[in-house]
Amino acid sequence: MGTLTELCVLEAHHNRAWHVAWNPQGSLLASCGGDKLVKIWGEEGDTWVCKTVLEGGHQRTVRCLDWSPCGSYLASVSFDGTTAIWDRKGGEFECSATLEGHENEVKGVSWSRGGSLLATCSRDKSVWIWEVDEDQEYECASVLSSHTQDVKCVLWHPHEDVLVSTSYDNTIKMYTDDGDDWSCFTTLASHDSTVWAADLDCTGTRLVSCSDDKTLKIWQQYMPGNEYGVKTEGNNPTWKCVCTLSGFHDRPIYHVKWCHLTGLIVTACGDDCIRVFEEDKSCSDAVNQPSFHLLVTQSPAHSEDVNCVSWSPVRPGLLASCSDDGLVKLWQFTGES
Amino acid sequence: MPLENINPVVYQVSDDREITADEENDDVVDLIDSREIFDLIRDINDPEHPLTLEELNVLESANIQVDDKASRVTIQFTPTIPHCSMATLIGLSIQVKLLRSLPTRFKVDVKITPGTHASEQAINKQLGDKERVAAALENRHLLAVVNRCLTPAK
Repeated sequence: MGTLTELCVLEAHHNRAWHVAWNPQGSLLASCGGDKLVKIWGEEGDTWVCKTVLEGGHQRTVRCLDWSPCGSYLASVSFDGTTAIWDRKGGEFECSATLEGHENEVKGVSWSRGGSLLATCSRDKSVWIWEVDEDQEYECASVLSSHTQDVKCVLWHPHEDVLVSTSYDNTIKMYTDDGDDWSCFTTLASHDSTVWAADLDCTGTRLVSCSDDKTLKIWQQYMPGNEYGVKTEGNNPTWKCVCTLSGFHDRPIYHVKWCHLTGLIVTACGDDCIRVFEEDKSCSDAVNQPSFHLLVTQSPAHSEDVNCVSWSPVRPGLLASCSDDGLVKLWQFTGES
Repeated sequence: MPLENINPVVYQVSDDREITADEENDDVVDLIDSREIFDLIRDINDPEHPLTLEELNVLESANIQVDDKASRVTIQFTPTIPHCSMATLIGLSIQVKLLRSLPTRFKVDVKITPGTHASEQAINKQLGDKERVAAALENRHLLAVVNRCLTPAK
């Protein structure tokens, strides 16, 4: 069991707050929402305050954010179809590039581990991979059109140049560069409705996905020649659903994050709650048949749908959340052991 | 654009709700019920005809479920014909009307009455996707069409 303690409540956005993202140092939190703004929050004493408001970058809702691994750049994507790159020069943020190309709403953005690749995804069903050169020029390296419906979320593998995307078509897809071009090497189909988001654990061998079907699924990577006899194709791994968590969530699950410090999983749900899950340690076959248990349900965490949750990358148990109620909240998770 | 359903059946509308003494008493908390929800949406205009959704029997009081304590509202609407291309727009109009009228704590699900539309599942999924709904309502042209449906004819 565990508890979530509310540390502070930030009146962040005039309407729906869609996304929160920590910088890699854990010193800044960025939030965005339906008011077309991006806000940067920093700690002062025992509270968090708005350090700066990034205005004018987008004409419509700002849907998603991601910091570059060095922490110098913030990418924001919007329903206006564009991606804005904010350059943090001497503490001041300046919009240094606007990436155009998607036909309509851009819904997700993710920076690769080395910072040289940026992925975006859109209602137009495509995933774009952008190459970033030393002069911070962005060039489209690939347009991936494997999904049959809008793409909700993109994320990069923590250690390899492998990209993951989730979609309204109920599937998750993974892509690699085969030396010639980027292509989809596997499709993970098990959810019954839109897959809103996914996250990889710190090893990159496990994926958690969350869906409109009110379930969480845990997927295991199996490499070619694996000892479990799971079939693979070519040099690519196979991903298999090894656990489904159902019955915990009452409404669509909009976001999920796997903490790389503690191994805990947190979910943001349309039933206004935040839930934290932990893997059972006493599992007989932890690779092929893992099981997870619920540690805490914060009910309600917000007064409306929770849209996004994010673990601090440096402080174990520190969590940020945001909601349709326009608020950003910070929480501290403490477990009983 | 030609009308898809040229001669729709027009239904008798229900009488006004009778207001009880308890409802006029400010000291009595009365929960939101299905008749109240029905009164909020019955006069929405059909996008094609100069008729309301009630007059076309698209909306019926019996197809509305309300649980005030749990803050849940579920509405089923019945398109006049199984291939009605306006079904998504009608559903969106019902959603927007309730979004603007009800306290924000309510979770509103708008769905097609089972078995009454060829693309029932696809439309239900679209209406249930809040990100798509949010993006649609940022589209000025679509919002104008929705607002026309929500503007009382009389």
